[in-house]
Amino acid sequence: MNSPLKCDFCVNSATVHLTQIVNNKVHKVDLCEECAQKKGVTDPSGFSLADLLLKASLNPEKALTGTRCPKCNFTQPDFKKTGRFGCPSCYETFKDMLDAMLDGMHKGTTHVGKVPKLALTRKSLYERLTKLETGLTEAVKSERYEEAARFRDEINEVKQSAAPKLEEKR
Amino acid sequence: MTISTLLDSASELTDSTSSKTAIVLMTRVRLARNLSGQPFPGWARPAQRDLILDKCQKAVTSISPLKRGLSLSVNELSELEKLNLVERHLISRELSGSTQGSGVIISRDQTFSVMVNEEDHLRIQVLRSGFHLKKAWNQIDDLDSALEEALDFAFSPSLGYLTACPTNLGTGLRASAMMHLPALVISSQMEKVVRAVNQLGMVVRGLFGEGSDASGSIFQISNQMTLGETEEDIIKRLSSVLQSIVEHEMNARQKLIETDSGKLFDKLGRAYGILQNSHLLTSGEAMNLLSLVRLGVDLKMYPESCRSIIDRLFIEAQPGHLQYAQKGACDPQQRDFLRAAKLRTEFANVTKPDFSVSASDKN
Ligand SMILES: [Zn+2]
Ligand SMILES: [Zn+2]
Repeated sequence: MNSPLKCDFCVNSATVHLTQIVNNKVHKVDLCEECAQKKGVTDPSGFSLADLLLKASLNPEKALTGTRCPKCNFTQPDFKKTGRFGCPSCYETFKDMLDAMLDGMHKGTTHVGKVPKLALTRKSLYERLTKLETGLTEAVKSERYEEAARFRDEINEVKQSAAPKLEEKR
Repeated sequence: MTISTLLDSASELTDSTSSKTAIVLMTRVRLARNLSGQPFPGWARPAQRDLILDKCQKAVTSISPLKRGLSLSVNELSELEKLNLVERHLISRELSGSTQGSGVIISRDQTFSVMVNEEDHLRIQVLRSGFHLKKAWNQIDDLDSALEEALDFAFSPSLGYLTACPTNLGTGLRASAMMHLPALVISSQMEKVVRAVNQLGMVVRGLFGEGSDASGSIFQISNQMTLGETEEDIIKRLSSVLQSIVEHEMNARQKLIETDSGKLFDKLGRAYGILQNSHLLTSGEAMNLLSLVRLGVDLKMYPESCRSIIDRLFIEAQPGHLQYAQKGACDPQQRDFLRAAKLRTEFANVTKPDFSVSASDKN
């Protein structure tokens, strides 16, 4: 016999054991009768193990860093409070915290589904145009006119080929 | 189109011509999308929310299934109107509780709805009566691709679509089915099913009931994981889980008829009697009675035409719809009178259940 397991949410010994297999890894939640009831585990109308696992993964007393999202001022304590991020850039800002959370939350840690092709084309066009425009400015500044002319031609070409797509954004 | 024309016309779920099936009442697919470079709704300032709402409304109403639909701001709706939209599954409770800077766009036939500034900037939904996951996914995929032409979505090549909550990350896809599982409930097998389904990474929720009272024996089963799997695989995996739940329910029905038909027929007969004669019915009791009659339709004890009446009443016997039909709010006890009166009328001409069905008739 194993030694009795402790409840994940209090000091009582656990009598309810739940497992979920994600990515061939077994995730376990052990609860006492009382906590199981409180969390709705015994509710025949259903409960979400995902919510339980998420709460458990948001709980570890990791050192809170003073990091703020440069885009939206969001902090780690804000996430602890709400369980939601402030803006898309928060995903880069709080990458370390996220990596720990994602492990086990989903089937994998990398996106393999749909890609917004149009938006991405638009984005890469913008990046290319910005690069060319910087090149042009610099070439003009240092009086490399032949090079500048080449940049200008290329800019016109890109703009023309992408005219309808860029229109949307402006 | 106005909110009252919308509420006065049949929805996908209440329309008697939409396809109806045994066990799976409806399927739903939703996508979570956010605009790049903008704070998520919960963190955005009021002025930012207004801007996002405006931008999304413009983009969404320019796309064909929603072009001729209805675009609403939540703060222009009355409590009763909001409750009706919630009961029709067109907006969430969370959206109905938001005060400012959020809205919804609903297609004419009420199969598409797009919530703006709920938890994410956009929550796109397709709702189909019956078991049509694949079709619903194809429709929402097209709508999403069309929206992409007008909006830049927050997207990361490695993490996929970026959402306010990391539980929706990746595909942002949540597919679900509303299932009618009375035999599994009667034979106390639901807890086992809930655990097995959870182990497969799916979520089960009671639909009408709160707490342990799953009234109506109606459950919503959905995928829980959104990252690391393609949309097609999520749909396929959920479909096969749903299929196996359907089989379990069928087996449980078969077994009930073989071993406990007396008790089962008693339940079904009483349901008929109460629906035709009662004068006070709570919403929970009504759902349970309707659920039993729907089981009776599946067992060929009632005519097939009864099915669309029941599916419509699952919605119309709810508090919001009763009060809307009455043109005003009323207290719970008055509602219970109204509900009983409505069900008496609806069931007045339904013929007596035919108890001659035997186990051998069933597949
Ligand atoms: Zn405990
Ligand atoms: Zn941020």
